[in-house]
Amino acid sequence: MNKPENLSPNQQAWRRFRHNRPAAAAALVLALLVLAVLAWPLLSRPGLAPRLPAALTHPPDAVSDAQCQPPGPGHWFGTDVHGRDLLSRVCHGARLSLLIGLIGAAVSLVIGVLWGATAGYCGGRWDSVMMRFVDVLYALPSIIFVIVLITALNAFLDKMKSAGLSAAGAQWLQWAGLFGGLGAVSWLTMARIVRGQVLTLRHRAFVDASRALGAGHARLVLRHILPNVYGVIIVYLTLTIPSIMLYESFLSYLGLGIQPPQASLGSLLAGGAEQINSIRVYWWLIVYPGATLALTLLALNFVGDGLRDAWDPRAEKGA
Amino acid sequence: MYFLKRILFMAPLLVLISFLAFVMVRVVPGGPFDRERKPASPEIERHLRAKYHLDEPVLRQYLRYLDGIAHGDFGASLKYRNRSVTDIIAQGLPVSLSLGALAFCFALGAGIPLGFFTAAHKGGWGDYAGSFMALFVICIPGLVIGPVLIMLFAIHWRWFPVALWGTPWHAVLPTLTLGLYFAGRVARLMHEGTLATLPSEFVTTARARGLGEAAVLVKHVFPIAVLPVVSYAGPMLADLLTGSFVVENLFQIPGLGVFMVNSSLNRDYTLVAGLVLLYAILLLALNLAADFLFSVLDPRVRYE
Repeated sequence: MNKPENLSPNQQAWRRFRHNRPAAAAALVLALLVLAVLAWPLLSRPGLAPRLPAALTHPPDAVSDAQCQPPGPGHWFGTDVHGRDLLSRVCHGARLSLLIGLIGAAVSLVIGVLWGATAGYCGGRWDSVMMRFVDVLYALPSIIFVIVLITALNAFLDKMKSAGLSAAGAQWLQWAGLFGGLGAVSWLTMARIVRGQVLTLRHRAFVDASRALGAGHARLVLRHILPNVYGVIIVYLTLTIPSIMLYESFLSYLGLGIQPPQASLGSLLAGGAEQINSIRVYWWLIVYPGATLALTLLALNFVGDGLRDAWDPRAEKGA
Repeated sequence: MYFLKRILFMAPLLVLISFLAFVMVRVVPGGPFDRERKPASPEIERHLRAKYHLDEPVLRQYLRYLDGIAHGDFGASLKYRNRSVTDIIAQGLPVSLSLGALAFCFALGAGIPLGFFTAAHKGGWGDYAGSFMALFVICIPGLVIGPVLIMLFAIHWRWFPVALWGTPWHAVLPTLTLGLYFAGRVARLMHEGTLATLPSEFVTTARARGLGEAAVLVKHVFPIAVLPVVSYAGPMLADLLTGSFVVENLFQIPGLGVFMVNSSLNRDYTLVAGLVLLYAILLLALNLAADFLFSVLDPRVRYE
């Protein structure tokens, strides 16, 4: 191999990732999806709307008399029980679902990395106490934990609302609670992974050298240890986003996720699942949001797998 | 010796876990009597709290609770008024156990062969199709699989009943809904385990001794390659056996998953504590069993 020798491990990993066709394709799909979902509201701008097919420019919350219409030329994905256009609701919902996945994963990243890095870096007694705590949390059913957390927050919100909190403020707080709750139940594995990596790194020569030069703990962890764990963190982060999006769909099914005027893919699915009956089959209410969610998760997983292969030290031996 | 120590260690861990759950539901806002018929006078609420000893300090309540458990009494549910937690678990657990066990068998029965086959034929079309399928089922939530299966097989073709529980026919769709995700996870673990095992020296040795490829795969690769699945099987089984809210709700199955959710929504303190304890016992015991099986399958592993 005529690989240039001056590439950092991260650069080599990036190169390997780009040469992994399925992963690169999935990254492209994901990018297109994000772009479509972000650009969607622009289509209904007055300057653009008249030139586009009418089916593309329905607002997501316009109620109409065309209830539960199957997919057709007017509504490409059909309409829901309130006569709202499903295509626009799916686009709207995908945006919120992606946002929830990203922020929830970010929350779990911050907690998990801080916890794991502290445990691994301190070592000894601190390490065992902190990791036993993680073990105990693993043994608590996360459903109960998250439901108690979110209902407690909702009760608190009701109190704040009657004390004169604006509706917009309440909504932001509720979202923040949802993000926090989702992140709070999914940081455990991240903490374990980071702790394991930090443990192996903390007595390496370059860390000792830096310590001998007088670097403080914060500098050692942030400047020297964590950059070597980035690969693992990014890989696991990509795999956390799908699991948080799945969790959100479950919470929406319980009625604890995104609340009605807003929509996420999960709450659309929950609405569709309510409409199952043996007289008329409203398959589009499940299939389109479900397919969008599955496609997003699939792309994220492919990207995550590709990143992991790219950072896998075993791959280096073959190169 | 190691496993004996782990069993002994389980008791304090269980006490700690149940204490955490016990305290957690009590300290957060909201109480079990919030949704009583309104207006519940403060008088009534005070009597209710006194009846269930909720007016005592938390630690005292917990000691009382532990004392009850020592006598086989998990307390009375605060929401389902004339039922004890033991009753509710005794009714729901058999249903969740049988559905969970079926889904578990399906996940292993479909996932292990799929993962093993795709890894043994790495790079072929079978590998791509199989691996894609494994990833695909991980990415579809039960909230999608369930309704789609119902609409196709129960409403459109009428092969299986739409809902309810009882005959083997009723179990097919819920088992698939619950098991497909885990089958995908198992297949991926098996796939990776096999790929990691194939380059081992003992595999080369076995081939050098003149064994056929099939014998090498089954006798030498499989017991080591299946190890990641074994470690995953513990927590997976604990999750499956305690019921899934989505599946039980979609198919109207009277299992524990519904109680798991409702108890925490209603702040049914005793029921939450009982279910958490049940889950923790299952999880710890199954993890232990998985580790034991691990050491049996891989003679290189020695716990100390």
